[in-house]
Amino acid sequence: MPGSPDVVVVGAGVVGAACAEALSAAGRRVVVVDRGAPASGTTGAGEGNVLVSDKEPGPELRLAQVSRELWPDLLAGLREEIGPSAAEAEWDPKGGLVAALGDADAEALAAFAATQRDQGVRAEDITPRRARELEPHLTPRVSGAVLYPDDAQLQPVLAATALLAAVRARGGEVRAHTAALGVRRDRSGAVAALATSAGDIPCGAVVNACGPWSGAFAEAAGVALDIRPRRGVVLVTAPLPPGTVRRKVYDADYVGAVGSDDADLQTSTVVESTAAGTVLIGSSRERVGFDDTMRVHVLRAIARKAAALFPVLERVPVMRAYGGFRPYAPDHLPVIGPDPRLPGLWHATGHEGAGIGLAAGTARLLADLVTGADPVLDPAPFRVDRPALLAEATA
Amino acid sequence: MNRIAVIGAGPAGLAAARSAAAAGADVCVIDAEPAPGGQYLRRDALAGARAHDPATALPPGVEHRPDTVVWAIEPVPGGHRLHLRTGPADDPGRTGATVDTRALVLATGAHDRALPFPGWDLPGVFTAGAAQALAKAQRLAVGERVLLAGTGPFLLPVARSLLDAGARITAVLEAGEPVTGWLRDPAGVLAGSGKLGELAGHLAALARHRVPYRPRTTVVAAHGRDAVEAATTVRLDRDWNPVPGTERRVEADAVCVGFGFTPQTELAVAAGCAMAEGFVRVDAAQATSVPGVFAAGELTGIGGAALSAAEGEVAGAAAARLVGRDPRPPLAALRRVRRGRRFAAALAAAHPVRPGWTTWLAEDTLVCRCEEVGAGELRAAARERAASAARPLKLVTRAGLGPCQGRVCGRNVAELLGDPRLADGFARRPIAAPVRLGELAAGNTADGTNTCAGPR
Amino acid sequence: MSERLTARIDGREVAVTPGETVAAVLLRQGRRSWRTTRGAGRPRGVFCGIGVCFDCLVVVNGVPDVRACRRRVAEGDDIRVQHGAELPR
Repeated sequence: MPGSPDVVVVGAGVVGAACAEALSAAGRRVVVVDRGAPASGTTGAGEGNVLVSDKEPGPELRLAQVSRELWPDLLAGLREEIGPSAAEAEWDPKGGLVAALGDADAEALAAFAATQRDQGVRAEDITPRRARELEPHLTPRVSGAVLYPDDAQLQPVLAATALLAAVRARGGEVRAHTAALGVRRDRSGAVAALATSAGDIPCGAVVNACGPWSGAFAEAAGVALDIRPRRGVVLVTAPLPPGTVRRKVYDADYVGAVGSDDADLQTSTVVESTAAGTVLIGSSRERVGFDDTMRVHVLRAIARKAAALFPVLERVPVMRAYGGFRPYAPDHLPVIGPDPRLPGLWHATGHEGAGIGLAAGTARLLADLVTGADPVLDPAPFRVDRPALLAEATA
Repeated sequence: MNRIAVIGAGPAGLAAARSAAAAGADVCVIDAEPAPGGQYLRRDALAGARAHDPATALPPGVEHRPDTVVWAIEPVPGGHRLHLRTGPADDPGRTGATVDTRALVLATGAHDRALPFPGWDLPGVFTAGAAQALAKAQRLAVGERVLLAGTGPFLLPVARSLLDAGARITAVLEAGEPVTGWLRDPAGVLAGSGKLGELAGHLAALARHRVPYRPRTTVVAAHGRDAVEAATTVRLDRDWNPVPGTERRVEADAVCVGFGFTPQTELAVAAGCAMAEGFVRVDAAQATSVPGVFAAGELTGIGGAALSAAEGEVAGAAAARLVGRDPRPPLAALRRVRRGRRFAAALAAAHPVRPGWTTWLAEDTLVCRCEEVGAGELRAAARERAASAARPLKLVTRAGLGPCQGRVCGRNVAELLGDPRLADGFARRPIAAPVRLGELAAGNTADGTNTCAGPR
Repeated sequence: MSERLTARIDGREVAVTPGETVAAVLLRQGRRSWRTTRGAGRPRGVFCGIGVCFDCLVVVNGVPDVRACRRRVAEGDDIRVQHGAELPR
């Protein structure tokens, strides 16, 4: 690349890749650095959820809706630009089906869906019978269900690597196995360069897209940022015949777990097929720091709930379990935008288990803010200096 | 908790159990096979109830859990918890149990490494280990006209087993230098180990059956519609590139291949043991980097049954000491370990897998048999997506994501893409053996601490 | 030793020696392949013979994905070939 980049994105997961893509689409010269390989952290351990169904009315739902609209166009653009093979991301707008397994859950689910409909979410109440027509292997115990036609799936590593391929095609650079060590400031105190294990990269701006490691990078850059890891584990079955599970199917208890502060193990059932025929069964949420020990009681809890939802899975082999760390902020909202404490530093992090889905909207919002365009949605709720984050940072 | 758990009942596991028991420790041996012995001492499974076999016998008082897989291991205060399923292989109705132990000996062995070549996924192509297991345990010859190809001295006992089972072997093809080189160095690393006699015996058996032994030659293609009918053999140069013009088409109904061994490290990796070049790192007492976990046998390096047994003896004594026993220092075993390791190092140096094998592949030759990923596709995806770590590589190519979880393809993918370190990422399998979802959901006994039965 | 078990393979009764694996019984019958792959429908039989490669999968008593090389035949087993990915009965 001739001259210095305008922006260095730190982190080559799906959020960093999407930000780099959006910034390069806006004409910025971009370098992406990652201390490992692209998509080898949280993104590589993701399920590929692009969901509106699990979000309650509020700023995250708005971001999810914007993101859901952007993803198909973004991928279509990549196909045009870099070709169908390099842009393949297994996008599948398969829809989601949330099933309640008791009368109380059914009522709660219906009430929750009504609040989402008020925000423009397509959420269709369906009968248990209809649910079992749509998902023939669903348990007969289903007591109520809501269909979300806009829920979709992506293969996270394909999505991230396709976005990065576009960045490279536009003259940007992706430097893998290059660790970001901090930032250099100019006399005014603004970002002048990113310090890395391979030397300084002079630049006008740095985007912190380090996922669960965002707090550590922010600290290295000289600002506090309370982003913590939450461990999530997913089970993978042996390949099953096509059509065994057709949509993303959740137990209605999923909704409660996402925003919870309970440090103990939580599991909520998400069952879905992949293009390769395997069925992914998620997922757990545990606050165990960066401890990646696989715990059998966690696997067991996930397995139990999945077998309750799809009894046919009981005799199906589980081949693999994989885990990753999802970044979350104290108020469970992403952090997107400039850091007023350090001019030139930007954040795009804290997406917890929803980064794949929220990446497209996050990237657009960040690019809008960087370029001074009209923001695609109200950025205020995602500010790094919002009270919930500052309180934690000073506590 | 003071009961020593030994996983695997091959030469290493048996020796570990014996030496720990001799020191007065409580021992439980967990093994996937119905009878002790492992791959090396595999017994005739059709002989019914048989006479006492001293080679595979466990001392009285040692508990043996046959037909049992350890599918997960996790740390618990003061030791490790093993999660077991006992019963018919892959059956959803197996019984669950857990074993908590302060001293664990991993002796999980190794399996044959196969290199891909066009047609290697045709029925009738076997690993050398498959042919040997079927011959020894099931009295079954895999073919009438068998080609045996690969590298290293361990091909010879396989040939012997095949001949014993009544197979006709067309040729034994050694891709590298001939093992007869070992015989010319009687004062070398094999001195006094008994291996020279073994080798000479195997070679004599081949000669008796008029089986040619061809060095610097291998099979580079298997042909047939639904199963192997013929194979192409070729001479290899020093780097294992085929020598043009030396191709020969050979009729064969079975091709058996063995290019060294891959250790079965999933439990060691799951326990967090430090690894070095694909093997578990151990100290002089066979202790791994994880307190309370010992490793013995092919897990620590490929050196054959005698070295495995010696390491097992050392590991068993060390485990016994850890649970408060006072074993006699296993000085003789320690000497045998030192000598065995010299042999193992010489073996690794004499019979490495050379990089030229990657030229045997056509673009459409499957590298990952499970997910049916061809070599061309694999290289293109890795390049196009700039995948430089195992997890993203697997997810963009699908290699290693199928039922075998990269056990067959991991090292081959890594070498094909020019970064052998990638293989480490394929070796991470926290679910160490497949379990049905219902087995996972069901758990064990109510309190989850059903330890090995028997006196504590 | 003269004791024999009876099992069914693809609907046909076969006599089996106790201790025989499903793979050995199939091979002894002259069958070299009994599974087709999910992708290209390629024929597969025994490859590694010790439970590592998962090539030799069969359906036993309605349960698919059973490794024929590891599974010993039991009296009355109903064994059949597996086509690609199958669901348990």
